[in-house]
Amino acid sequence: MQPTNRSRRILLPVRLWFIHFSLLVALGLSYIPTGRFPGVPDWVALVLAFWCIREPLRIGMGAGFFFGLLVDIGQGAAMGQHALAYVVLAYLASGLARRLMWFPSMQQALHVLPMLLVAQVLMVIVRMIAGAEFPGWWYFLSSFTSVLLWVPLTYLLLLPQYQPVERDDNRPI
Amino acid sequence: MSLVGHQPPPIFRRGPAPLVRLLIFVSLCLAMLVADLRFRYLEVLRQGMSVATYPLQMAAATPADFVRNASVYFATLIQVQIENADLRRKQLDAAEQLLRFDQLERENAQLRGLLEMSQRIGVRSVAADVLYDAPDPFARKVILDRGAQQGIEPGLAVVDAQGVLGQVTRVYPIQSEVTLLTDRNQAIPVKVVRNGLRGVLFGVGQGRLELRFVLASADVQPGDQLVTSGLDGVFLPGLPVAVVGTVDREADAFARIACTPLAGVERSTQVLVIGREVLPPPPPPQEPEAPIVRPRGRR
Repeated sequence: MQPTNRSRRILLPVRLWFIHFSLLVALGLSYIPTGRFPGVPDWVALVLAFWCIREPLRIGMGAGFFFGLLVDIGQGAAMGQHALAYVVLAYLASGLARRLMWFPSMQQALHVLPMLLVAQVLMVIVRMIAGAEFPGWWYFLSSFTSVLLWVPLTYLLLLPQYQPVERDDNRPI
Repeated sequence: MSLVGHQPPPIFRRGPAPLVRLLIFVSLCLAMLVADLRFRYLEVLRQGMSVATYPLQMAAATPADFVRNASVYFATLIQVQIENADLRRKQLDAAEQLLRFDQLERENAQLRGLLEMSQRIGVRSVAADVLYDAPDPFARKVILDRGAQQGIEPGLAVVDAQGVLGQVTRVYPIQSEVTLLTDRNQAIPVKVVRNGLRGVLFGVGQGRLELRFVLASADVQPGDQLVTSGLDGVFLPGLPVAVVGTVDREADAFARIACTPLAGVERSTQVLVIGREVLPPPPPPQEPEAPIVRPRGRR
């Protein structure tokens, strides 16, 4: 059987302010100080990947760069570390956007996992070149916990687009 | 592609190709990384942008504050009583030492006066709480709840009751960031108490320290205590830092000396930020090449 685009519902167009609002909320979540607790999801990377796949024409590497810098500042990391990772992540996600939209969200999550890992590996490489210590293999757990959140996140972020403007039970969509 | 002057209609125009944009952004990021990690040029930008993100950071810190305070709320009465008795005992011990210290200080000042030596450097200190570990997993840093408004400056030493913990490396308006001794990029000049031998103590990560650039034949034994030498002009001299653990003289021309920090480097919650009354001027820039003096004369 030929695969079909699995979005079963016709969605409202996304509002640009909602994209930026969700990225800001993710930024706020990433600022929560969790110390050395491993496996804290990278909220900004996840939301950024989501919008790069859903709306590649509106959100891309520019947003990745900007929000990456903000994460760097908030976490006290090297300036440009997260920015670099998120730019590459946005590139990969936008490049695969057309293909990914044909998969159900579970399989989308499997595609997103390597992208998040690539972003993390980039950060490790950059910091280790600069002389930092290896943070341990637990560091990469963050990508896996992030990916587990992909399905609920898809539902949550698409929620505003599910609602029709006026309800009409006789209309087919 | 636009051939002879044909522009694509605006509906299809999407700027440069993705790969070109990627290369532009990546080179921008790499330039920033080099400027920040190697030359520290971007501190101004960081401070400026952190003002904008500050409200968000404050809001995000609320859950952490709540968890921290909740543990205090649920402490039992018995625990508090035990702790209280313990503190009283410690205070008595300290009071006795303090009385003697006062007298010694006066005596020292008199003797220094008699010998016409320069007076000892004044000390100033700020007590602070450790708020949380810095989120950056590549470095060993903690965040304190005191900042520039309370007079904290980059470079000050941070100690707890047992010894040196680290150094203030970045100051925000009401918070500051402390790089712990165990961070890979942290170094501290020390000397051995027993014989005054000087060396530099480096963090090697994973909570360990290493005394480097000490000759294999040097007199260092396991159990020796290391204190700050104060030669850097930043740390006060004589603060306890670490104890020598193992000494391996076979490895190299230099001995490989592993040390353990005295302070609860990754556990302390209450610390003191101490520094000299007047910070010394920054070290002079590297000596320029001796100017070549050309003899003046006719060719």
